[in-house]
Amino acid sequence: MAEPLLELRGLSTHYVSAGGARVTRAVDDVSLTLERGRTLGIVGESGSGKSTLALSIMRLLPPAARAVGGEIRFEGEDLLRKSAVEMRRIRGKRIAMILQDPMASLNPLFTIGDQVAESLRVHEGASRPTAWTRARGLLEAVRISAPAARMTEFPHQMSGGMRQRIVGAIAVACEPRLLIADEPTTSLDLTIQAQYLSLLRDLQRQHDLAMIFITHNLGIVAKMCDAVAVMYAGRVVEAGPIRQIFNKPAHPYTRALLESVPRLTDDTHARLPAIEGQPPDPSAPPAGCAFHPRCPVVLERCREQAPPSVTVAAGQTARCWLHMP
Amino acid sequence: MSDVLLRARDLRKHFPVRRGLLSRASALVVRAVDGVSFDILPGQTLGVVGESGCGKTTTAKLVLCLETPTDGSVEFEGRPLGDLDAAGIRGYRRAVQAVFQDPYASLNPRMRVGAIIAEPLVTHEALDRGTVDKRVKELLDFVGLPARAATLFPHEFSGGQRQRIAIARALSLSPKLIVLDEPVSALDVSIRAQILNLLTDLQQQLGVSYLFIAHDLAAVAHMSHTIAVMYLGKIVEIGPAAAVAKSPQHPYTQALFAAALPSHPDEAREDIVLPGEVPSPLAPPSGCHFHPRCARALPRCTTQAPALRPHGDRRVACHLYDPA
Repeated sequence: MAEPLLELRGLSTHYVSAGGARVTRAVDDVSLTLERGRTLGIVGESGSGKSTLALSIMRLLPPAARAVGGEIRFEGEDLLRKSAVEMRRIRGKRIAMILQDPMASLNPLFTIGDQVAESLRVHEGASRPTAWTRARGLLEAVRISAPAARMTEFPHQMSGGMRQRIVGAIAVACEPRLLIADEPTTSLDLTIQAQYLSLLRDLQRQHDLAMIFITHNLGIVAKMCDAVAVMYAGRVVEAGPIRQIFNKPAHPYTRALLESVPRLTDDTHARLPAIEGQPPDPSAPPAGCAFHPRCPVVLERCREQAPPSVTVAAGQTARCWLHMP
Repeated sequence: MSDVLLRARDLRKHFPVRRGLLSRASALVVRAVDGVSFDILPGQTLGVVGESGCGKTTTAKLVLCLETPTDGSVEFEGRPLGDLDAAGIRGYRRAVQAVFQDPYASLNPRMRVGAIIAEPLVTHEALDRGTVDKRVKELLDFVGLPARAATLFPHEFSGGQRQRIAIARALSLSPKLIVLDEPVSALDVSIRAQILNLLTDLQQQLGVSYLFIAHDLAAVAHMSHTIAVMYLGKIVEIGPAAAVAKSPQHPYTQALFAAALPSHPDEAREDIVLPGEVPSPLAPPSGCHFHPRCARALPRCTTQAPALRPHGDRRVACHLYDPA
């Protein structure tokens, strides 16, 4: 069995503020694996640590945050041991990222052509004309109409959907092995979202790309992913193959999350099974299992002790005392 | 007594567009809402869905009297709004309230929650302090917040709690209709169900009507009795919510509902990926606005705009369903 493309082992990322007096465990002891060409969804609500996890893998953490423990093994190497110069050669070349707001990820002062060609010139040392020709091919691949004309235009001349496709073209320009997409379709309309998701799937097939989808939307996970990890208060509370998680969620939070979403096929006007309470403040999570104040099946020990991650079925793990003998 | 709470007839809102500094008022006009008709029944919910630029927010503003229609009319309890005097309009504004998408922007950060909720009461009714306080307490209880919330500021609350405060404020004058513009899309997934349940409960207890605008189709289908689907300023399909969600008839509605994300990985769903994007509302296509993206377009779709005609249990604007 070949080694997985990406393997996180006990990764912890903390934010330190007030001169070290306050520590927020944004990512806490996270272990995950991702095989080549597969898609992993990371779902969670705001403050669950899903975006910090993505930034940890990219080594793009803000100054107040630090990866304090664990390993990020990518193609056999620990990214946490890489120097800043080495990381710069990996980012954009072997790991690419797509962010939520395409207007923020494109430079308004450069033409589309320059921006798509840039990574080819930087990472592959392509000459200007070569990079330009390849960039035009990339725009065509992401289904931009009249790519030759669009090359000399600026981001403000594009619609939101086109901008996000251009960001996609930049991401796959250097044939990365891993693409991390952080809420890539949140700002898009429904039919444009459908176009974009089918485009990402085609790119994935053509380039044998592994993807990590960071999202709060379980629908995107159901449509796009092979496996899913559910985060709550910095921890992965459940992870496993997608059908298993949707059919037999082991963690009460996962189950509640799946049930609380209205479905198109539902009877209307029935009450939704809602999760009471609020997601915890990441800087002061509850003791024990962080979900215990909202959990419908809470046990006495949940209030004091955080449950370890246990295997509940083939490939499926959960952090819940209910599954401990 | 009319059995329709609010009736919109052939409602239009056109915005003239000036291009550049020196050009005279040009002939360019954005037809944000272009001939829209619907009824809202007492105690029921009309859901409006559509993508950016379809005119759903302008429709909401017309209903809220925040924009004056270019043409057409809104009737409330049988009386056209155009005929109301100042006192009548004030009464209408009491009866029709709104809850907006972003509870971080819609609550004044410098006011205490009690004052925020009491403000409509103080403006519209001459009540003594004790009555107002009592009413605020009731309203907080209604939306599931503790009475001591009245003394706190909005920043001390989470997004879901703030949305509850906004709902309490909307309820303070016992309105007959609440316009809900994307009321849950800024909230966390686990909080959305709480707010949707709260809205359902309030409707059952108080008999209030909702105009529910959202892009989350499943949430709209869940909440609404009737769904109207808008595309470039027009309603393309309107009918009973469950029926529209289960068997959409207009090709655009079909594509829209097909684009909705599945709730389970095994959910069989036909993949209809629409080509292109929503055209600019400045220059909408001739005939049926949807024809350039429609897979089933007929020759007459390019020239003739289809009328919204009865089709089974609903009305659809599409030449495919023209009587032969």
